[in-house]
Amino acid sequence: MAYTEEELKKELETKEYEYGFYTDIESDTFPVGLSEEIVIAISKKKEEPEWMTLWRLEAFRIWESMEEPTWANVHYEKPDFQKISYYSAPKSADPNKTLDDVDPDLLEMYRKLGISVDEQKKLQNVAVDIVVDSVSVATTFKKTLAEKGIIFMPISEAIKEHPELVKKYIGSVVPQKDNFYAALNSAVFTDGSFCYIPKGVRCPMELSTYFRINQAGTGQFERTLLIADEDSYVSYLEGCTAPSRDENQLHAAVVELIALDGAEIKYSTVQNWFPGNSEGKGGVYNFVTKRAICEKNAKVSWTQVETGSAVTWKYPSCILKGDNSIGEFYSIAVTNNYQQADTGTKMVHLGKNTKSTIISKGISAGKSQNSYRGLVQVNSRADGARNFSQCDSLLMGNECGAHTFPYIEAKNKTAMIEHEATTSKIGEDQIFYCNQRGIPTEKAIALIVNGFSKEVLNKLPMEFAVEAQKLLEISLEGSVG
Amino acid sequence: MLKIKDLHASVDDKEILRGINLEIKAGEVHAIMGPNGSGKSTLASVIAGNERFEVTQGSIELSGEDLEEVSPEERAHKGVFLSFQYPVEIPGVSVTNFMKTAINESRKARGLEDMPAKDMLKLIREKSELLEIDRKFLSRSLNEGFSGGEKKRNEIFQMAMLEPKVAILDETDSGLDIDALRIVASGVNKLKSKDNAVILITHYQRLLEYIVPDFVHVLHNGKIVKSGGKELALELEEKGYDWLKQETAV
Repeated sequence: MAYTEEELKKELETKEYEYGFYTDIESDTFPVGLSEEIVIAISKKKEEPEWMTLWRLEAFRIWESMEEPTWANVHYEKPDFQKISYYSAPKSADPNKTLDDVDPDLLEMYRKLGISVDEQKKLQNVAVDIVVDSVSVATTFKKTLAEKGIIFMPISEAIKEHPELVKKYIGSVVPQKDNFYAALNSAVFTDGSFCYIPKGVRCPMELSTYFRINQAGTGQFERTLLIADEDSYVSYLEGCTAPSRDENQLHAAVVELIALDGAEIKYSTVQNWFPGNSEGKGGVYNFVTKRAICEKNAKVSWTQVETGSAVTWKYPSCILKGDNSIGEFYSIAVTNNYQQADTGTKMVHLGKNTKSTIISKGISAGKSQNSYRGLVQVNSRADGARNFSQCDSLLMGNECGAHTFPYIEAKNKTAMIEHEATTSKIGEDQIFYCNQRGIPTEKAIALIVNGFSKEVLNKLPMEFAVEAQKLLEISLEGSVG
Repeated sequence: MLKIKDLHASVDDKEILRGINLEIKAGEVHAIMGPNGSGKSTLASVIAGNERFEVTQGSIELSGEDLEEVSPEERAHKGVFLSFQYPVEIPGVSVTNFMKTAINESRKARGLEDMPAKDMLKLIREKSELLEIDRKFLSRSLNEGFSGGEKKRNEIFQMAMLEPKVAILDETDSGLDIDALRIVASGVNKLKSKDNAVILITHYQRLLEYIVPDFVHVLHNGKIVKSGGKELALELEEKGYDWLKQETAV
């Protein structure tokens, strides 16, 4: 994907949230409100087996008894859960259709999103699943993947086609009662991606899911379940956008990763939900639970570039259950204008000789607040556990905030835990130095920010890295006066 | 090429430059000397357009164009280069990437396409050889963990890459050992031509043994108090600045 300076310039000139369009597709939307009836109706709409309906209802009852968490360093008006519609589907979406049958308006929307659902993607070796509002509308390359025994399909289909796998693993990493939003998601999730990599298989292409909230007044509750069987490998990418709206939209996803003995999962996210306008109006509330379990010798890497959402509450975590397992977390979180982010990770060391690495880069501009919250926990039996954490914050201007909340709980005296943190500000002298070499201020900031984020950007798959870099520049546009 | 007329500049309402007049023609090398706090570095910053300083009176013209309304990056595009006394660090940005960005921004300002990667590599190779720079050095983060000498050599490398019309070298000799000084000076000499001009800001005569100036100016209290040929530098080396201070105090 060649991206020229000219294009960037044009985008910077228009600098509005570029994914802020709304596609007028006929859709099938449930009335607002949440009750047992709605939960049952969602399950029915999805033609789910009874065990799934019961699991949802159990989650709903748990959710009803729970309170929203208030410990995060974010302030917002609580969503009214009875004013959200819990199911919205583009009417023409039918997962069994081929791409040729897909609504042309939908295809046009993908084009705007920069997703090419065609041969081009195949050349780039990426298989894509696309979730619009509540349903998965297109999954590509099912056949190529099936030849290797890889299952990559909407979770709604997996529930019907592979109930044994879903039943075994759903909720095994993030139980229904885990937290308020996880319980809500468990009750009302409508779609998401399901992926299974068989024993010893190296997935030959990047798997990718694009999430899009299109309808007004709807929430998006997707559920991703990814199982990497023994000694397998998969790299998974996830991208998110939403139209610009004055109201706040709720996104509460759950992602569960299971890395069995010797498996490796790389999970990358570029999150660019609508962040609200420059006065702080509108934007997506992004309350997400992501967690992985690592069995013996398994490895999970979370890489995230978070530039969107009005409020983010997200802690992709690793339970290092098996001996010698490895957990990694690489994060860039950018906040501008009135955005608030409280994000970080949990590394729970249970097995012996488990290792974790946390690299977090927070960039705050405008009047935004950016918090890193992390927990490194070493269990009493986790001999030889090691952790290295590095949290760097970059501030732009005088009205934003950067906060770091690192928690360490070590119950084993052989544990080695290192924590490094820095806070810096883009200096006038740095800008002038760049200016003097002919680099204008906007470009200078992009350069400095990219340099600051490099360790994390390097972890992203090539194609995503370009996109992420571009996103960083756009997100920070206008942040220096 | 560069014409400075009655230039006054201040920082935080404190006047530092109090009426500088200087004309520099293409092909010339001017040395500006003077004691600490005389305004040498301020003059360099003001020519480069640093907005920390306010120009309260007078003008700077480059090839007949008044620079008053010209931003620092546009001045750079027009051929003004400043080798900083204290180059800043930019973590995570390699020397190569930084130079590539700078060159392409200048080209863009002139309506040109990005320089093809092949030409860029060739240029980098050529200029790094000129300054005896190890190629490994170019992939390091800009100025991060560089020794004093490496920073200065990197500044001159950038000058070589950007081929400016007017290069201002602010205390480029400080922090250099004799070998590095020789390399830097020979680099500057090779870059010198009848079409460009060099301004050397220095405390000491040492650098001027390697880069021979056509004119030497002494700055004191924000004014040029004496100008002369290269022999003036020798005189200063011998007598110090005190005699000049006394002479001008009257």
